[in-house]
Amino acid sequence: MTRIPEFRAAKWNEPVVMEMGRPGARGQLFPAPEEEVTQAVGTNLIPGAMARKDSAKLPEITEFEAQRHYLHLSQMTLGMMGISLFGTCTMKYNSKTAEYATLRPELAEVHPYQHPDTLQGVLEIIHDFDGILRSLSGMDQFIFQAGGGADAAYTMTAVARAYWQDRGMLGQRTEMVTSMQAHPCNPATAAAAGFKVVNLPLEENGYPSLDALKAAVSEKTALIMINNPDDMGIYNPEIKEWVKVAKEAGALCFYDHANFNGVMGKLSARELGFDACMFMLHKTFGAPKAGGGPAVGAYGCTDALAPYLPCPVVVKDGDRYVLDEDRPKSAGKVREFWGNIPQVVKAYAWSRAMGADGINLASDISVVANNYMDKKLAEIPGLEISNPSINAHRMEMTRWSLGPLTEETGVSTVDFANRMADYGIDPYWMSHEPWIVAEPFTPEAGELWSKEDIDTWIGVIAQIAEEARIDPEMVKTAPHNQAIAQVKGDAFEDPAKWAMTWRAYQRKILGENKAKGVA
Amino acid sequence: MRIGLIVNPFAGLGGAVGLKGTDGPDTVAEAMRRGAQAKAGARARLALTRLADRVPGAAITLAAGALGQNWAADLDLDATIIASPTVTGTARDTKEAVRAMGPLDVIAFAGGDGTARDVASVANGAALLGIPCGVKMHSGVFAVSPHSAGAMLADLMTSPDRVSWLDGAEVMDIDEAALRNGILAPRLYGLARIPVSRNLMQAAKGGPRQDAASALSSAAQGIVADMDEQTLYIIGPGTSAGAVMTAAGHTATPLGVDAMLNRALVAQDADDATLKGLAEGRDVRVILGVTGQQGFLLGRGNQQIGPALIAKAGRNGLIILATEDKLSALARPRLLVDTGDPDLDAELEGFVRVSTGANREMMMRIASG
Repeated sequence: MTRIPEFRAAKWNEPVVMEMGRPGARGQLFPAPEEEVTQAVGTNLIPGAMARKDSAKLPEITEFEAQRHYLHLSQMTLGMMGISLFGTCTMKYNSKTAEYATLRPELAEVHPYQHPDTLQGVLEIIHDFDGILRSLSGMDQFIFQAGGGADAAYTMTAVARAYWQDRGMLGQRTEMVTSMQAHPCNPATAAAAGFKVVNLPLEENGYPSLDALKAAVSEKTALIMINNPDDMGIYNPEIKEWVKVAKEAGALCFYDHANFNGVMGKLSARELGFDACMFMLHKTFGAPKAGGGPAVGAYGCTDALAPYLPCPVVVKDGDRYVLDEDRPKSAGKVREFWGNIPQVVKAYAWSRAMGADGINLASDISVVANNYMDKKLAEIPGLEISNPSINAHRMEMTRWSLGPLTEETGVSTVDFANRMADYGIDPYWMSHEPWIVAEPFTPEAGELWSKEDIDTWIGVIAQIAEEARIDPEMVKTAPHNQAIAQVKGDAFEDPAKWAMTWRAYQRKILGENKAKGVA
Repeated sequence: MRIGLIVNPFAGLGGAVGLKGTDGPDTVAEAMRRGAQAKAGARARLALTRLADRVPGAAITLAAGALGQNWAADLDLDATIIASPTVTGTARDTKEAVRAMGPLDVIAFAGGDGTARDVASVANGAALLGIPCGVKMHSGVFAVSPHSAGAMLADLMTSPDRVSWLDGAEVMDIDEAALRNGILAPRLYGLARIPVSRNLMQAAKGGPRQDAASALSSAAQGIVADMDEQTLYIIGPGTSAGAVMTAAGHTATPLGVDAMLNRALVAQDADDATLKGLAEGRDVRVILGVTGQQGFLLGRGNQQIGPALIAKAGRNGLIILATEDKLSALARPRLLVDTGDPDLDAELEGFVRVSTGANREMMMRIASG
């Protein structure tokens, strides 16, 4: 019998830090400088023009109160250390060793404007990690400028634009072809780069069809952008033909490797014929993904596309590492400087710790764990696997549907996710838009969690399915054991209702500082 | 929320005995003679059972006897029974029973396209929710199954925030006399309001989303911007195709066919002969919408846009509009055509590009209906 966690979050009803404290309270009281110090350095150390006239509106609290407040806040989160089979995100443990490595002054205290001679160590890591990704993908050059997966997809569209412009064909090659099951960032970034988006639907067998691709590509196609496995964990068995068809039409082929975990070490984007690919270091490569960043989309391409890469590119010149800015055909920057380098260092540490064999084994474990999970989930009444007609095993994640349970009980996948938090389990990922599976959820078992952890997760799913039948209203009004109750997502669609900063709160909600008009 | 339910006890009778529908008392009698079993009532009961399980004591208005009441026997519902005239097996039964129920917000009905059409004609602003049981279900007003219809009724009563409303769902029906002679000619008889389950987005990765109307509107603007001079654009019925008229500054005929030349309106609510005349000596493109769930291309064969015009346009001359949500929700990932000319239908088979938004298209496979 699986043990179902019992959990109750701390719930502190204290105000935000800006509303705490009392006049005169201080974290630390510093002594006035001694006479001889004042005489030695003077009293007007801050130039008059730079000194602020009013005092900063900081909360006046003691150091102890600040510590206590932030401890309380941390107690009201799930801490990113729970059992989180959060599909499409490849949740991994983020090693403290790697964290400490990035805190070392050789990285923490350097600046990209320093002379490259003083940055050789970090440049070497970037260069070596480029080499590791080359060996996993077959590509010829990686850059780390993109601040996430979607940004790397955008890098692809920028490179494609530069590539076709260089050939005088940007006016002709105006279309990007993708499938409904590719990550939405592919159509979104192609549209942002000015391409027309041509989407391929899933056909009755659950796959986008080669016939549809053949009908879609033409002399107008600039590039195709696809995930494989897709966001439902389904591997496209015709992927080689896909690339062949696109290539015959003259299009560039981009492999969005967001779902790399189940195939890492097993296949090479280059061998499949792709011109470029993208890895997410904050997912597959063990760097933290935290609450939305910092992230890195590592973008790699063949020599044919390399001239169009954003600058700078880290290259080795003799025994020196240099920042190559002299690339006249470059598409230009997609982000400032070289990217989130501490994340690159953490991914490098992960890769070196795993080794080639370890990476290969991890992908095996992630697929086996996921198929174990699928088998157990299939035993829970009210759940239904997506595309049941596809009998191939799912890869590292699986799209499931709560449709039958929702019809029976009225408990939706959103309610279900909310209730999970009551057990101290991170709510699952549902699906990207549009939802082509009713009441979807997409778990990814991964190589991190033990069988016991996966059993616990499945036990909680089974428990909530049971609760939905016995007391649907309780599930629909969950969470009940959490620090806060339901979050009404509608608020995020109305800028007047949300505030991301204290100043925005004062302006929007309290009606202050309107004249200044700043957020 | 005032919800009424009506059963067309004869819906679906013809299918089991090879009659392709049951419109009219003669056909019903013939179906019964051939041993047909009425199924609509039983399917209505499935929906009502799900409702009673989900919302014990739910308040619902039912037509009396076989038109509703009988199928709710022993269920835990707070039913208001409205007496209706004697069952005659004609469309009059449905219409009079709906009228007798008084003002309603939602009318659930168990039947097929014929019932949908009858209910829509007297709905008076109420939304339609079809419990599927007819032979013909080309209309976009049906739930996927009787159970899901019951679940929708429960959601309407307990979680109205989970339901959104879609205006302009197609009420389609075919001429059954023609059908029995082997001619399938469904047409658009009306547009109805329907409840649809609202996908509550996950806030973590969510963001503002484009609604159906603005997606269609931006697709339509692109189509108008790309229009060729001296080409006749025929705009089929329905709200999707009509968005092109709106984008060009014209008023669309919701159930009829309009035509534009050089972005000017040259025909309104036109018939096939008029359009053929206008198409003389010009290229033709036909702008069409797609019916919800079934994926029929609207406004085709035997009606205002005859096979000759469609043949002239060819598959590449079809300009099709639909939102990605609508295409994703189709029962099968197919667009169905029936021009009335089987050879032409076969020629049209293959992939077309459907405009789904600004600079955004979806490849869809056309199959003959």
